[in-house]
Amino acid sequence: MNERTLPPVTQLGMASLALIVAGGIYLASYLPRQVPLTPAIILLGASALLLVVNLLLLGRVGNFAWGRFVAVGKWALLAYTITAGLIEFAFLRDGMSGAPLLVLTLSIIVYAVHVPVLIAFTVARYD
Amino acid sequence: MTDTTVQLPQPSVRPAHADASAASARLDFEVVPLKGLPIVAVILTGLVVAIAANKLWPLVFLHVAFGAAWTIVDLFMGFVIGPMMGKLPPPARIQVATRLMPKMLLIMPTVVTVTLAAGWQLGTVMGTVDSSYYNHGWVVASYIVVGFMAVIALGLLSPANVAVLMELKKPKPNPQVIQSLMKRFIFAAGFTGTLQIAILVIMTRIRVG
Repeated sequence: MNERTLPPVTQLGMASLALIVAGGIYLASYLPRQVPLTPAIILLGASALLLVVNLLLLGRVGNFAWGRFVAVGKWALLAYTITAGLIEFAFLRDGMSGAPLLVLTLSIIVYAVHVPVLIAFTVARYD
Repeated sequence: MTDTTVQLPQPSVRPAHADASAASARLDFEVVPLKGLPIVAVILTGLVVAIAANKLWPLVFLHVAFGAAWTIVDLFMGFVIGPMMGKLPPPARIQVATRLMPKMLLIMPTVVTVTLAAGWQLGTVMGTVDSSYYNHGWVVASYIVVGFMAVIALGLLSPANVAVLMELKKPKPNPQVIQSLMKRFIFAAGFTGTLQIAILVIMTRIRVG
């Protein structure tokens, strides 16, 4: 087994996804009423911050299988972009607009980037 | 969960026929089954059409059919296939994994996406996602359980699924890596299977009011 010391990419990624999900549940649970967006924005910001931290930590790993990471990550990114597009389509179809739509769209972008990173990392770490 | 400990022997002590069997299995599978992609495309197109049409029956059909598939697959993987895999000899386990895991790579994301997207749209049409709905507490409970399942599936299940397949494709797969990833996959499947029971309770409560 590969015993290299690697940053906690999976743990940070799951925490980031949990924050996105919590923000989504918060917004969804008040529909169609207007709710203060501050909690959802804080959750989104924290999630995006974890994504950036994850990428920075990963970028500092020496002797990492970046070729494998990119090869897997690009296809995973394509797949999750399609699912993200479907979710966004459902929001637009329901007439969502303004700040809530912006928050949810940014959340979906974090999701569509972070999940492929997790998949590509899990594959590349054993290369 | 039942015992999911996978005791793969070290390569040096594996019998030669086991290695030969594993090698032939490696050459005989696609990480992503290309024949399945058109089926996925048709299903996702059907989902887009159902959401755009916003009619009750297509949304009910997609949500119920794919939701049932999601529940059954999770329970079956977590409580039947998972424990069974743990008791198979290593060559048999590799044979099962090379046939099962590529299909799971297409089936699970498709089933989950259709269930959730159709379910959300259905809730919009029926008014069950409205906060004034009399059973709103149960609806929010379903969001929370599905949220847990989504984080486990996206953060643990999918990466482990892809990584096992990529490891099996290598000229010399590392048995310990496969053991570790399969353990993670089966644990996550069992956990989401348990949460599916909560979803069944919640959905039946919402249905009967």
